[in-house]
Amino acid sequence: MSHPASASRYFVPEPSHWPLVGSMALLLLASGAVMMMNSLANGGYVLLGGFAILTIMLFGWFGRVVGESEGMRYNLQVDRSFRLAMGWFIFSEVMFFVAFFGALFYIRVLAIPDLASPEQAVLWEGFRDIWPSAGPAAKDPFSPMHAWGIPAINTLLLLSSGVTVTWAHWGLIANKRQQLIIGLALTILLGVLFLSLQVYEYLEAYSHLNLKMTTGVYGSTFFMLTGFHGFHVTLGVTMLTVILMRSIKGHFTAERHFAFEGVAWYWHFVDVVWLGLFIVIYWL
Amino acid sequence: MLCGTAPTLSGEREKMARHSNNDHDSKRLRTRFTGRLFAGLLGLLSSAANAAWELNLQEPVTATARRVYELHSLLLWVIAVIFVGVFAVVAYSLVFHRKSKGHKPATFHDNTAVELAWTIVPTLILIAIAFPATSALVDMRDTSQPDVTVKVTGYQWKWGYEYLTGDAAGIKYMSVLSTPRDQIENKAPKGEHYLLEVDHPLVVPVGKKVRILTTANDVIHNWSVPAFAVKTDAVPGFLRDTWFRAEKEGTYRGQCSELCGKDHGFMPVVVEVVSEEKYAAWVADQKQQMAAVAEDPNKAWTLEEQVALGEKVYTANCAACHQANGEGLPPAFPALNGSKIATGPQQAHLELVINGKPGTAMAAFGGQLSDTDIAAVVAYERNAWTNKLGEVIQPADVKALRGK
Amino acid sequence: MQATSHAGYAGNHDHDSHGHPTGWKRWVTTTNHKDIGTMYLWFSFVMFLVGGAMSLIIRAELFAPGLQYVSPEFYNQMLTLHALIMVFGAIMPAFVGFANWMIPMMIGASDMAFARLNNWSFWLLPPAAILLTASLFMPGGAAGTGWTLYPPLSVQMGMGMDMAIFAVHILGMSSIMGSINIVTTILNLRTPGMTLMKMPLFCWTWLVTGFLLIASMPILAGAVTMLLTDRHFGTSFFAAAGGGDPVLFQHIFWFFGHPEVYIIALPAFGVVSHVIPAFSRKPLFGYASMVYAIAAIGLISFFVWAHHMYVTGIPLTGQLYFMYATMLIAVPTGVKVFNWVTTMWRGSLTFETPMLFALGFLVLFTIGGLTGLVLAMTAVDIQLQDTYYVVAHFHYVMVAGALFSAYAGLYFWLPKWTGHMYNEKLGKLHFWLSMIFFNIAFFPQHFLGLAGMPRRIPDYAQQFADFNVISGIGAFGFGFSQLLVLVIVFQAVKGGAKASSRPWDGAHGLEWTVPSPAPYHTFEDPPVFNQAEAHG
Ligand code: HEA
Ligand code: HEA
Ligand code: HEC
Ligand code: CUA
Ligand SMILES: [Cu+2]
Repeated sequence: MSHPASASRYFVPEPSHWPLVGSMALLLLASGAVMMMNSLANGGYVLLGGFAILTIMLFGWFGRVVGESEGMRYNLQVDRSFRLAMGWFIFSEVMFFVAFFGALFYIRVLAIPDLASPEQAVLWEGFRDIWPSAGPAAKDPFSPMHAWGIPAINTLLLLSSGVTVTWAHWGLIANKRQQLIIGLALTILLGVLFLSLQVYEYLEAYSHLNLKMTTGVYGSTFFMLTGFHGFHVTLGVTMLTVILMRSIKGHFTAERHFAFEGVAWYWHFVDVVWLGLFIVIYWL
Repeated sequence: MLCGTAPTLSGEREKMARHSNNDHDSKRLRTRFTGRLFAGLLGLLSSAANAAWELNLQEPVTATARRVYELHSLLLWVIAVIFVGVFAVVAYSLVFHRKSKGHKPATFHDNTAVELAWTIVPTLILIAIAFPATSALVDMRDTSQPDVTVKVTGYQWKWGYEYLTGDAAGIKYMSVLSTPRDQIENKAPKGEHYLLEVDHPLVVPVGKKVRILTTANDVIHNWSVPAFAVKTDAVPGFLRDTWFRAEKEGTYRGQCSELCGKDHGFMPVVVEVVSEEKYAAWVADQKQQMAAVAEDPNKAWTLEEQVALGEKVYTANCAACHQANGEGLPPAFPALNGSKIATGPQQAHLELVINGKPGTAMAAFGGQLSDTDIAAVVAYERNAWTNKLGEVIQPADVKALRGK
Repeated sequence: MQATSHAGYAGNHDHDSHGHPTGWKRWVTTTNHKDIGTMYLWFSFVMFLVGGAMSLIIRAELFAPGLQYVSPEFYNQMLTLHALIMVFGAIMPAFVGFANWMIPMMIGASDMAFARLNNWSFWLLPPAAILLTASLFMPGGAAGTGWTLYPPLSVQMGMGMDMAIFAVHILGMSSIMGSINIVTTILNLRTPGMTLMKMPLFCWTWLVTGFLLIASMPILAGAVTMLLTDRHFGTSFFAAAGGGDPVLFQHIFWFFGHPEVYIIALPAFGVVSHVIPAFSRKPLFGYASMVYAIAAIGLISFFVWAHHMYVTGIPLTGQLYFMYATMLIAVPTGVKVFNWVTTMWRGSLTFETPMLFALGFLVLFTIGGLTGLVLAMTAVDIQLQDTYYVVAHFHYVMVAGALFSAYAGLYFWLPKWTGHMYNEKLGKLHFWLSMIFFNIAFFPQHFLGLAGMPRRIPDYAQQFADFNVISGIGAFGFGFSQLLVLVIVFQAVKGGAKASSRPWDGAHGLEWTVPSPAPYHTFEDPPVFNQAEAHG
């Protein structure tokens, strides 16, 4: 293998049509979603089409990036850029969660007590400030999700998956490819288990606990936060799978493996968010 | 289009001629002083002109509004002085430090002392302003110990008033824009209180502390009367409060001040401040009227009677969206003329009006209208335009459906 | 602007000269920061015309009391789209365009850190613009909620609202990716020797702006996502009956919205900080304090959001806190104003068009800032909230502030982009027409607001008629004056006096060391950074 390009030369990629393809995919996705939500005909197909194009675009684009990376066209400066960018990207994701955590916080600390305060009694006679709450106009009773069942198991799963990626990383640094691959595979397995349990939990909520999206703010915040997190776990698992494939193909060296690290950071981020969720959604 | 309004505009010109000072002022808009002068002049003129409601928007009639007025004047002076100070320096540079005058550039680019000074001095100015600003605000928020409490509910697009305490307790009515449609559509000359007039204003006694509780039925509205320095959001599902103690009898006008949909510009607030005697008389009168219309639930209605009442209810409550001709404004607001529901089973029609349709502008009218009114308006809809179903609806049927 | 293409393709290009697509393919596949910058700028100008045309519909309707041309529903839709298009479609992309063109040249980089991603950031804008404008033609029309999209009103809207929501998501993606790119470029691609405290101020303003965008756009995306689920999936984040609160949306929206206004203002400050020293022929005064002020403004802007919510019934303590915090922001902004003023002091001033626009910015932005301070006082704001005083305030800071600064930047850098000087006479005419008509359009709105005229109404009481006529005349005059820009830019693209590499004798920075028009590729090897071109 040749040496990485010298650090004094900037890397600028060739023209590419993938961005435009990606934009068209998003336009279709958005249009399809709008059509479906407003019960227009064929919305589902448009949505699906958008999704298909997006998938093709992701394969094409990332394939290109992987090719460039393996072709040693990235110098150390590019590597630093990737690291910085991944950090900022995760920060933006954190802020996305901040919006939802903020909503939950506001509702529990301000909105519900306010609705239940004596001043509001004219409007909502008899409503009391207890959490979980489905609001003053709630009709059917529901049971909240308990912390020490599936959620606790899920916490364990995610925490140990954090350990397994780190172990895989050690393997990569020590040039032990076997350890890298087993570590990654274990991490993915734990992630998939987590997701399966979450699906089970949702089914349980809908069928036995009468806990739904429509169950007032408790249902709203519960499903929004855990659902959005679950979506991120799915993304994380997908990225881990890609990394696993690449590891099996023999990509990455002990010194240069930003893609692995970026995904590992992302996985840890998903992990930490879960801890927050576990504490404020299930436990407290 | 413009021709249609030209007479009004020139009429307005004539009125403005009396205010020629103001016209003159508007030419010197650049200094912020004029804002104050302008307001002051309006205030002066307000006592002279007869139907001078437009002017007392600037003339405070509560102690709070006066404090706000004074605070604003103070701020205007402060910012004017800062502005003039800063741009005097700029003007000097622009005139004397030009290249065309052969001025050679200096080379300085830092001066810690100066930079510190212009960080600290503005901070001090701000701290100084913070004191009056704080005390005015604290005073504004003190709603304790009211003499009269009124609950104000915002609806799309009208206000509901309900007196909660004192002799007036129990009085309850809607207050709707009374400007005729023709004036809005430029088919008739506009009246003096164009868009700022209602059928039933809020009536309160002079010199008494009135506490206003606001809430809303559908979307956020905002109950605002500039002369009282009162402006509070009416948030659906929550109560907010504010207060005023009007010092002078008169009619005070404001407008809904939060975008609430199509007719946001057409839901004025009108408050009549009257003497204590007049207030007592008004309360007695209202009570009497309420007793008079107290409905006989068992009254048997004839079709004509019911349709006549229904038309009134329709005009006041439904025509804003579904239009007087029943054609609505599709697709946002469906036509009722020939609509499936208005010509289909009676019960579904009644239920829709009572419960509304969540997530759309179609509100639940069960809480706003009496059984009689709902029966009447539904009967009207089923008999008006081309919907000639010939059905009479008994208020008792409405009552029965409400329980569900 | 397009003329740059390969015209001045001399200089130091060598290895990267593999075949570039030409024609339309060049533009859709490009990874060149200059091409992308050009596309951003054209896009933003087109959007400005579209948003401006909407504002003219608004002003026409308000020309006289009574309903004139449009229905109230349509008025509300115009109002919403005008604001969304101006903010997200015109002003923000304009400054991203400047960033794309100038930042790599200013810091001596050959391109942005992620050139391909950069292309995507741009090409996300057209789909969003399509969603927004197409929503007008859907059943029920576009969202008629104002750009603040407050529920429950926004829950009542038709499918136009959903399209706006997805447009916001896409715009958010574009902004976040664009900002990550810019921030990374600034942090990682500076030429050796250019420390952060020696970097051009425009880069500093964008570094902080990028941070604000990365931190605040996801918040907006979260807010509209909750709106979407409230609309279609039965959640009750913003409905009291289910235990939610409509005011919650306002908190989240303004937690984004206030940083947003500084996202608009900071790059404008950056441009002005280059133009004023250049035409004063004197270094920028107080570089370090400028940097601290930018950082302070960026930071404080996250802690003042509820000054938009003084009348929503937040507790007294909340009102007091937000009032004090808001007042505080005047201090760093003041530092910037004073520094600009001192930069001119004892300079050697000339008044070419960029300088005129920078001066216009200085005067009018200060007026807007000072009225902002009036609004910051809760007690006064309760009188002025949702009146035309607020409309006047923010058009002073956004049109006379951000837009004027964008024009300053346009005239300042146009020679670098096209290789030709623009027509100075027309430029000056553009400035004076803009300056005069802007004030005619917006100054009277202060009086309307003081007198109590609410904003967002299609029809008004008679005593407001005269000022509205004046404002309408000003708006039309201002709007049509902007068409001059098209003429001026086309002329400069097509021809005109040749521009030297440093057409403004007082201008400093690496961007002025490359030829005009700037070659397609600049600084493929990091340039040597010398003190003469340093800013700090
Ligand atoms: C570029 C955009 C921009 C900028 C820079 C600002 C700057 C400021 N804004 Fe503005 N604002 C908006 C855009 C902007 N605003 C918009 C769009 C809205 C309305 C949104 C909507 O409702 O649709 C709004 C609304 C708005 C409100 C809410 C009004 C209402 O709805 O009731 C308030 C209230 O506090 C406010 C305050 C301020 C303040 C204090 C500043 C300060 O940053 C200004 C600081 C500057 C100066 C003060 C001048 C220079 C300083 C000196 C010369 C130093 C000396 C000064 C002193 C010591 C006082 N703004
Ligand atoms: C940076 C943002 C920005 C910019 C640049 C502008 C620019 C202008 N705005 Fe805007 N405005 C907002 C942001 C902006 N605005 C926001 C955020 C709101 C609040 C919305 C809300 O309440 O939710 C608002 C609201 C608003 C209102 C208040 C409406 C109401 O409350 O009822 C008004 C009224 O006068 C107005 C007027 C104008 C005018 C006359 C211009 C002019 O400067 C525009 C000048 C430009 C042109 C006129 C274009 C010229 C083009 C032509 C003449 C040719 C047309 C032809 C073709 C399309 C080919 N704006
Ligand atoms: C704020 C606007 C508004 C007002 C006021 C209003 N409506 Fe409606 N109405 C609507 C909307 C919007 C719908 C459509 C709801 C939907 O999406 O199905 C509707 C639907 C209806 C329908 C069903 C029409 C059909 O065939 O689909 C009836 C009947 C009706 N309204 C009656 C009334 C009556 C009676 C009143 C007054 C007491 C009234 N409305 C006041 C907005 C309004
Ligand atoms: Cu009610 Cu606006
Ligand atoms: Cu703000």
